[in-house]
Amino acid sequence: MNVETLTTLTVYGLADGAVLALAALGFVLIYKATQVINFAQGEFLLIGGYTFYAAFVLFGLPTTVAVLFGVVVAVALGVVVERFVLRPLVGESAISVIMVTVGLAAVLRGVMQLIFGVQARQMPAVLPAGTVEVLGARLPLNRLLVLVVAAVVLIAFALFFRRSRHGVAMRAVADDQQAALTMGISARRVFAMSWALAAVSALVAGVLLADITAVTPDLVSFGLLVFPVVILGGLDSVAGTIVGGIIIGLSEQFVSGFYDPGFAQIVPFILLVVILMVRPYGLFGQVRIERV
Amino acid sequence: MASRAYRHSLNGSLLEPGHTLLEIEGVVLAFGGINALENVGLSATQGRIHAVIGPNGAGKSSLLNCISGLYRPQRGRIELHTGQGRHDLATMRPHRIARLGVARSFQNIELFSHLTVLENLMLGRHVHMSRRLVPSMLWFGPARRQEIAHRELVEEVVDLLQIQAVRHRVVSSLPYGVQKRVELGRALCMQPALLLLDEPMAGMNVEEKEDMARFILDVHELRGVTVMLIEHDMNVVMDLSDRVSVLDFGRLIADGSPEEVRNDPAVIEAYLGAEAGAG
Repeated sequence: MNVETLTTLTVYGLADGAVLALAALGFVLIYKATQVINFAQGEFLLIGGYTFYAAFVLFGLPTTVAVLFGVVVAVALGVVVERFVLRPLVGESAISVIMVTVGLAAVLRGVMQLIFGVQARQMPAVLPAGTVEVLGARLPLNRLLVLVVAAVVLIAFALFFRRSRHGVAMRAVADDQQAALTMGISARRVFAMSWALAAVSALVAGVLLADITAVTPDLVSFGLLVFPVVILGGLDSVAGTIVGGIIIGLSEQFVSGFYDPGFAQIVPFILLVVILMVRPYGLFGQVRIERV
Repeated sequence: MASRAYRHSLNGSLLEPGHTLLEIEGVVLAFGGINALENVGLSATQGRIHAVIGPNGAGKSSLLNCISGLYRPQRGRIELHTGQGRHDLATMRPHRIARLGVARSFQNIELFSHLTVLENLMLGRHVHMSRRLVPSMLWFGPARRQEIAHRELVEEVVDLLQIQAVRHRVVSSLPYGVQKRVELGRALCMQPALLLLDEPMAGMNVEEKEDMARFILDVHELRGVTVMLIEHDMNVVMDLSDRVSVLDFGRLIADGSPEEVRNDPAVIEAYLGAEAGAG
């Protein structure tokens, strides 16, 4: 083990972790506000990646316009899914709702394959390639930029929740829906907003991921890592997604670099099982003790 | 009546005292085969304290839930006069009703338990806050001034209810009696046209009850807020209210001044019957 490898792996791990945190943030938003466990979060990420690809490569739009286009599509997707798939299910059992999101995931994945096929597509890199030297290690510039972009987006979300009227309304609905209604907050609007924001955060994650890898249907499998992240951080904790994302990202890279890349792929899920055994509500989740 | 000068008015109604504020007519609410409210009609006047009493299960909370929109009655009208028009609350969604100035507290406290006292009170200002996103996130100029103005009103409520010491505490860590007070405060921060209180003194000891009664009187007399409250403690009701409506098994059995209601044979029977049965 030497310092350069350690530094390199840390940067790779942090970059992965930051992207994971973004993807997981959307999951937590939906769970907090609506108590729905969204199994289609990985597909939101996939759609985000492809939408940007379509705008940027197929339509040839400039980068910023392509990003804006992606955001608009993501917001529309979130709102439509909430309105036509989830709202009719209000009052149904949790397991039915989960099954519907599993079905939704299959449909979304299928539609993407119909449109774009199953072949991986290489996207011209948006983030500059190059390397920078830090502590003797040559670090890929694009991973560092992924880290920066993800951090900026996460901070923007944090400010939104702390300061803005709508962000505070979302926290209020998550805390006590009935009380929020009597404060003049529309729960329906908050539900729609949480789905829209979840799709947007997944879009950003999808675009970053597509930039450092490729646009393929396999983006979904990265989306699967959202589950270890949210179980680790706590289903209802925004801060937990960041810590959980970083832990999963780092542990995967370290195991891959120092031990075995194949084994690294199952490390997140081993962590998931361990966490479920010792601390089922996650590191930062709300401890709920229910008497039945 | 106001003896001191206040910077902010807590009364959100434009009506002059003595005008009809709320008119309820022929309200029917049924859950399956059970009629929670049968043809209930009453009206509340601007500037009064109106109590709704009755034995357990009489439909008092159901009535309050219909007014605030959490339940939707099958029949009947619930008209709120705002001074600029009339609105039928019976067909409105709860957040719209809140925006018209109907604020409430709950029998089993419904505070945002993970937030601090101040954050809870500031949420009472929600409907009055500006919608602009970017300035509020970046915390500059108008957003900052707006926040300060809202905070001033909130601090007035904090002083009124004497909860200065717990301002920054997370609500779930506070004793029950103080939480009840915070909930009253949050409703006041909305500058209500009509303040609905669902058993504000339930589960309190004598001293806490006296404090709460004092606060309700202050809110009413000093700040001119119209109050409609549900309460079990008859002494409290008789002392506080200007008008009393009595429900029993979902029907209105009496409506009048505290003295009239106290001597009404139907009321005496409903209460003695209920107490004998509860024995």
